[in-house]
Formats: sequence, structure tokens, C-alpha cells
Amino acid sequence: MIELNDLSVDLGEFVLKNITLSINEGEYFIILGPTGAGKTVLLESIAGLYPIKSGKIWLRGKEVTKVEPEKRKISIVYQDHVLFPHLSVKKNIVFGLKMNKATTDEQENRVEWVAELLGISNLLHRRPDTLSGGEKQKVALGRAIVTQPELLLVDEPLSALDPETRENVQQELRQLHRELGITILHVTHDFEEAIALGSRIAVIGEGRLMQVGTPEEIFRHPNSEFVARFAMTRNIFPGKAEKKSNGDTVFKVDSAEFIIATEANGAHHASIRPEEILISTEPIRSSARNCFPGTITHILDKGSTLYVTVSMPPELSCMVTRHSFEELGLHEGQRVYVTFKASSIHLFD
Amino acid sequence: MSFLRFINRNRLTVTFVLLGLLIFLFVIIPLAKMIFASASDAGTLWETILDPVVTGAIGLTLYAALISTVVGFVLGIPLAYLLARHNFPGKRLVEGLIDVPIVVPHTAAGIALLFVFGRRFFLGQAFEAVGITFIDSLAGIVVAMIFVSIPFLIDSAKEGFKKVDVRLEKVARTLGASPWQTFFRISFPLAWRSILAGNIMMWARGISEFGAVIILAYHPMIAPVLVYERFETYGLDYARPIAVLLILVSVIVFIVLRTLAYRGDKS
Repeated sequence: MIELNDLSVDLGEFVLKNITLSINEGEYFIILGPTGAGKTVLLESIAGLYPIKSGKIWLRGKEVTKVEPEKRKISIVYQDHVLFPHLSVKKNIVFGLKMNKATTDEQENRVEWVAELLGISNLLHRRPDTLSGGEKQKVALGRAIVTQPELLLVDEPLSALDPETRENVQQELRQLHRELGITILHVTHDFEEAIALGSRIAVIGEGRLMQVGTPEEIFRHPNSEFVARFAMTRNIFPGKAEKKSNGDTVFKVDSAEFIIATEANGAHHASIRPEEILISTEPIRSSARNCFPGTITHILDKGSTLYVTVSMPPELSCMVTRHSFEELGLHEGQRVYVTFKASSIHLFD
Repeated sequence: MSFLRFINRNRLTVTFVLLGLLIFLFVIIPLAKMIFASASDAGTLWETILDPVVTGAIGLTLYAALISTVVGFVLGIPLAYLLARHNFPGKRLVEGLIDVPIVVPHTAAGIALLFVFGRRFFLGQAFEAVGITFIDSLAGIVVAMIFVSIPFLIDSAKEGFKKVDVRLEKVARTLGASPWQTFFRISFPLAWRSILAGNIMMWARGISEFGAVIILAYHPMIAPVLVYERFETYGLDYARPIAVLLILVSVIVFIVLRTLAYRGDKS
């Protein structure tokens, strides 16, 4: 659908080098990278808003490398909404239709359709500065999709939002993708966000493309230290939540069952932060309800802290301080116990 | 006692208020004194208002300043936008040179303009070939006014454009707007407040110009030149009523425009 062929972008201070990427029709594609990795510039280059140094961009079999942004049919949604402050919500949304010379009837119909789709019909006559963050982001999404672009670029759309709104907008994005079948390219620095939304993920860092793959591949088989570091900060497991006869709710991963604290309707992934897992050489009796035996399969030394991988299975990444690491005398192949609270398990779709 | 303590605790504010008052009075007293002195002699002021030479001069001043503002708008806004949006070698130099008219003595500016728009330089000759002369003409007045007042418009508009998030323009482009449409529908309306303020400043500055105009065009006579001529020829008493009228007109126009601009700000 869209292909980046050996794309390089020069930003003065740093350079994005030799990005080659192919995104399929209808895919929800995530570009994951730390802040300052040039993700926004990559999006702007694809949209034709930033001059590229070398390489080619193909959109639906046509080369668009030198095509003006207004002729590419690629919409962009920025992190902080960037709504036109002098226009009402309705005029913001209708802007693209006007530019594309839609008839008045068509404008009305399309705005109505988008407003309904995003649940913002009651906001149409408001001015952008009177909207909440979540509302603004929905309007920005509406403005971007009303022209029915071939590709939707979204730049950290959830980062500026509070957790509850974030959940809401994330849901909205997933729904848009499902209902419209639109191809979405979404950049983020948040690994969980990437896993939750992406059908495939590209990790960029140090100005290069590090790895491309399904969420599963990225966190199961990181191909480099850099990607691993991103993935290592989270233990993420596909699985299924279940209500047990004894009243506990558990999340089943492989053959293991984690006791979880929340009702988990429809969640398909669970994550546990490595720093919330305790390693011990004897089973611990505590209020933490999850305690499992396992074997140390890998140790990653990061200086003052270490990441110890314990296979139950599944494999859990646990963070320990150098002090406790030495005190416990941990080494690969050792039998240990991992303990964590039910409330430490984060569930998501 | 408590009053002294109040002063003691607010020494900075009290000092600044006193100093501020001094400079405020310095501006206000001459203007007020002249207006009140004229008001006590309402007959003369009325005569002055009815004098076609005076009203003609004031009308010409407002008109010439308006034309120069329009020309400045058409030619200045594009430069302001370029300076706000693009980086190019020598940009700082261009910005500095644009502001030079503010610091050049205006009679000197008039001489410089005379050299270029006079009959001895090709530019003056070229204009003369199509029937436009800058010596003792409206065109000369306008040219002088533009030269001394254009920095105010360009600087203000430039700051206005700078405050418009570039990404608003980028979003507009992705939605199908051409660079022209983006400028006229996004950048320009969003910078409008600063552009309007710059226009008002430019117009006001044009009205008040004397030095550069008198070198190029003693005639037809704009109001500041008329004040000067009456003063030189007949003395203070004859110059004052015109001066008062000129001040009143300028102040009223300035207040009206500022109010209009400010009201637009709220909506």
C-alpha cells in the first residue's frame, strides 16, 4: 500500500537513515521509538511536509516522492490536535471537503457522518478552545478522515491525554480502523500502546529502523539490544481471563494462571512491570497472591540494576538491584521463586 | 504613621509611580495645554476648521497615509511572511535593513529618496516616462510616507505570522489546500490581529511624517508642512489652531481604530 524505499531525512542535528518499510492495505501499523527518534519527521516526510534527502515513497503503486502534500491523500493527526483555532468544530472538519471542492450537500452529509461516527455531533458549533483534550483529539481525527484519505498518519495521539481519556480515544482509533478499514500509520513511544493497537510494529532508534514484526515477534524475539530494552521494560503476555469457581479471576498464560485483581472483560494481554516482581530463593509468604517457582534463563546486566529472566514458563523479566542480586547470589540455571501482587498485573486488549 | 509604613514597604512601587507620573505628564501637558488654550479661543478654531486650505491639507495627509498603508500592505505582508517562515542566508541582514528607516533622520531619508526618485536617477526617469513624478506631488508624499513607516507594518506582521503554528499550515496542506489557500485561509486570518495593528501603526506614522515629505514634496501641502509654514511665516498664534486640529484628528482616528481592533480581539 505504502512503501518507503531507502528513505533518508536530514534534520540538521540528526539523520533518519535508509528507512525501507512496506505497509499493507488496511493495516494498523505502529512506529515505535523513543522520544527524539525522529518519528514525527518521518510522518511529515511521508505526508510530503518535510523534504527528504534521498529515497522514494510509493503510495498504491504510484511514486509520490515529489508530489505536493495536498495531492497525496494522506491525512495527519498531531499529538496536540492542532485544530484551526479561528474556525468552529464544524468548519474545522469541513475544511478538507471545501478544499477538495465537495458540493454543499456532500459537505453536510460527510460532516454528519463523521460527527456521528465519533460521537461529536453536539460539539459542531463549539470553538476549539472550549473543548477538552479528548474532544479535541476526536475533532482532529474527524477532520483527518472526512476527506477519506488513503492513509491516516497519527502522531502520538494518546500522549497528551489523561489515562481515562486515553483509553477512550484508543478505543475510538481501534473502532475507526475496524469500521472504515482505513490504513493507519501511528507513531508512539509507548510499548503498551503499540501492542494494544498495532497489527505490525516497526521499532526505530538511533536514526535507523531496528526491527519490523508483529507485536508477538517484537517482544518475543527482539533482534537487538535496543529493541530488547524497549521490550524488556514490560512483560507482556497474550492469554485469556477466566472466572474460577472459587471466585478468583485469573489470567491464563500458557499453562500458568495469574491471579488478577480486576474484572477482565475481553482483555487478551497482560503485562507486569519488571520492577514489581520480587525474586527469592525460598517461597515467600506475603499478601502478594502470585508466587511461582521458575528457572533463571538469562541475566542482563545494566549496571546498578539487572534484568533477570525467569522461566516458569512463561518467561518473566524481573528487575533486581545489584545489591539484592549479589546478596541472593543469582546465576543462570538457578531455581528461584517469583512473587507479585494481583494488582501489579495490567490487562489490555 | 501607617502611611509612612506603606511607603516604606512599597518603596519600589512608589518610586516607579512617581517617575512614571513625571513622564506621563510630560506627554500630556503640552497636548492638553494647547487644546485648552485653543478651546478658550473657539472662534479661531472654528475658523480654522472652515478654512479650505487647512481641511484640504488634513484630508490630503489622511489620504496619502492611507495609500501608503495600502501599498505597504500589498508589498510588506509577503516579506513579513517570508521572514517569519523561512531561514535563508542574510536573513538577519534583511531584517536589520528593513528597520533602518526608523533610525535614519527623516530629512536624510528624504534626500536619499530624492536621489532615487528624482530626475537624475533612472528610476525617477522611468516613472517620469509613464507620467509619474515624485517632486511636489502626491506620489512623492506617498513614497516618503512608505519609506519611514513600512518597518512598523513588517515587524508587526512578522511577529503575527511567527505566532501561527507551522503545523496548522501543514495540516491544511494535507487536507488538500494549496500553498495559496493555506496562506489566505489559515496563516493570514490567524495573524490578522498583528497585521491590523501594524497597519494602524503604519498609517499613524505616515500621518505624522514631516521631514522626508518636505524634501520631496513641499507642495501639495500636507498638514504637518502647513503647520510648519504658518509657524515660519505668521508665527505661533497662526500655527497653533492647525496643530490642535491635526492632533485632535490624529488622536480620534487612532482611538477609533484601536477600539475597533480591540473589539475584534474579544469575539
